[in-house]
Amino acid sequence: MSGELVLQIVLTVAAGLVGVGLYGALSQQSIVMIMMGLELALNGVLLAGGAAWFFLGPELPDAQMLVVVTLVVMAVEMAMGFAVTIAIYRARQVDMVDMATELKG
Amino acid sequence: MVDVSTWSLVVVAVLGVLAVALGVAVFVVDSMARATFALLGSFLAVAGILLVFDLVYLAVVTALMMTIEMAVMAVFMIMFMMNPAGLMPMSMVHNQRGSAGVGVVTFVVLVIGIWTVDWPPRTGALPEDSTRQLGEAIMGSHMLVMLVIGIALFGTILAGTVLATARGRYDRFGPDLSAARPSDPVEGGMGR
Amino acid sequence: MSDVLAATSTSAEAWGLVPAVLVVITAGLVLALVVAAVDSAVVTGRGLGTAAEPLRSGSRLLLEERRTTLAPDRLLWRVGGGVVPVAALLSLAVVPFGGRTLWSTSADLVWFNAMEALLWAAVWIVGWGPNSLHSLVGGYRFLAQGLAYELPLMFSLIGVGVAAGSLRTTDIVVAQSDLWFVVTMPVGFVVFVTSAAAFAFWGPFAAPAGGDIAGGVTSELSGPDRLLLQLGRAVFLGAAAAMAVALFLGGDSGPWLPGFAWYVLKTAAVIVALISWGRRLPVLRPDRTVEVAWIVLVPVTLLQTLIVAVLAVTGFYG
Repeated sequence: MSGELVLQIVLTVAAGLVGVGLYGALSQQSIVMIMMGLELALNGVLLAGGAAWFFLGPELPDAQMLVVVTLVVMAVEMAMGFAVTIAIYRARQVDMVDMATELKG
Repeated sequence: MVDVSTWSLVVVAVLGVLAVALGVAVFVVDSMARATFALLGSFLAVAGILLVFDLVYLAVVTALMMTIEMAVMAVFMIMFMMNPAGLMPMSMVHNQRGSAGVGVVTFVVLVIGIWTVDWPPRTGALPEDSTRQLGEAIMGSHMLVMLVIGIALFGTILAGTVLATARGRYDRFGPDLSAARPSDPVEGGMGR
Repeated sequence: MSDVLAATSTSAEAWGLVPAVLVVITAGLVLALVVAAVDSAVVTGRGLGTAAEPLRSGSRLLLEERRTTLAPDRLLWRVGGGVVPVAALLSLAVVPFGGRTLWSTSADLVWFNAMEALLWAAVWIVGWGPNSLHSLVGGYRFLAQGLAYELPLMFSLIGVGVAAGSLRTTDIVVAQSDLWFVVTMPVGFVVFVTSAAAFAFWGPFAAPAGGDIAGGVTSELSGPDRLLLQLGRAVFLGAAAAMAVALFLGGDSGPWLPGFAWYVLKTAAVIVALISWGRRLPVLRPDRTVEVAWIVLVPVTLLQTLIVAVLAVTGFYG
């Protein structure tokens, strides 16, 4: 099968992951579940980056770097998410975004 | 453009469907443990696709990092979510219709783009060793990216520790920092 | 150098996929049996007379009826129990038996490490599955232990990769033709074997399955499930010993005897040394082992990596 078609199929899968992740991140109330949604969306970015490298420019490392950066973003997001969850729970016994309204005017 | 063997196409298709199905399962299942490990399954499926694309290092590192992340995630899911085992079905969502709308619109826009864009042909050939290519980029042409990543991760370690810990040196060594041995809730193994 | 070596074929290419996979599975089972036999001989102190005991108890477990608990998470429980031996066997896929690995990637070391990470997620699931207190406590203990020993293990692997200039295990073995890596990285070797014991929650690291919590993660396992977990632990210990030989003890290099015999001898020696040392220590409290990992092993392995890096830059490793 031609590479272009495969690339499009893989990118569609990646778009599906981004869409589902976005739905999860927006609809969930718990901070931890929101992080799960974001991770799923970033999972789609990982896949798209890998496909772009293989099908478009494998001689350049740029797409690989994109995947590495995405992995780092995921790690930072998780670490900070957990830290903030613990901090806010310790201060206010809150673990849902609807209750964390300190910044509301 | 490259041609892809039927065999790897089948693998990619199966893993792709699996990745999306497990991703949906994350928000469908009641059990938080199952949701966490469904997400891990989705990551592992993507890692498998990356393996087919000859990105061995990135695939294996994805599997490694995400397994660790999800194992830690399981702890937090069970710590902070009510009903972690899903024995009593419940729902903790808000604005479900709007969120679903955003998700679907994003997907549709992306898909329209993906299927209408005239994709350029592949430039160059696959490198002998994709891991070496990445390593040389990190330590050579793309070193700035790595420097920024390093600083960002270091900042994350510091900020995460500051946010997550409630005990400082005054809690450990007393108000005038004069205690010979810190009073820690857990003793530890170094006899301090 | 490594470009030439990359051409060596994998065992899957040389012998065909199915025979190669069978060889790896057999090797894993043999390693597990050796680990269990040596363990039983050391623990009972009655020498090799008890070496057949693991076979007997294993076949008994195979026939035993499965117990169950109230409202278990059966799906996760079974998946976790199955992943433990599978991940242990998969980690063997990059161990160079007779100069060939089952499949050769440009990131073998990371592959090995990823399989270990899978193992510890699986063990937590095994603790979570039965919906039972002791087993969940064991799962959490194991998670803390796995997290603590992950970094020292990674740094000891990084040292090997830096010295060999490659993450491919066959290249690493060849890079040791002049000098075994254990000479310049003794700390890495010790930490690697120690972490393997921690990941197999065996010996002094057995707190996740400790007697104080009625067997921890193993407390609710019975029959084939228990056999799978024990098998996975034993395969993993054996795989780690075989990997340690490839990474630090020169793989199959040695005088007079053929290479494969040296590999087997060295692996057996590492297994015997590991078990006879590990079994002399008491089971340590998890908070102790975890703190040792974080504040002693991490800095020490970092220092080790620095030394290796300096040596590599000066061209010491060729």
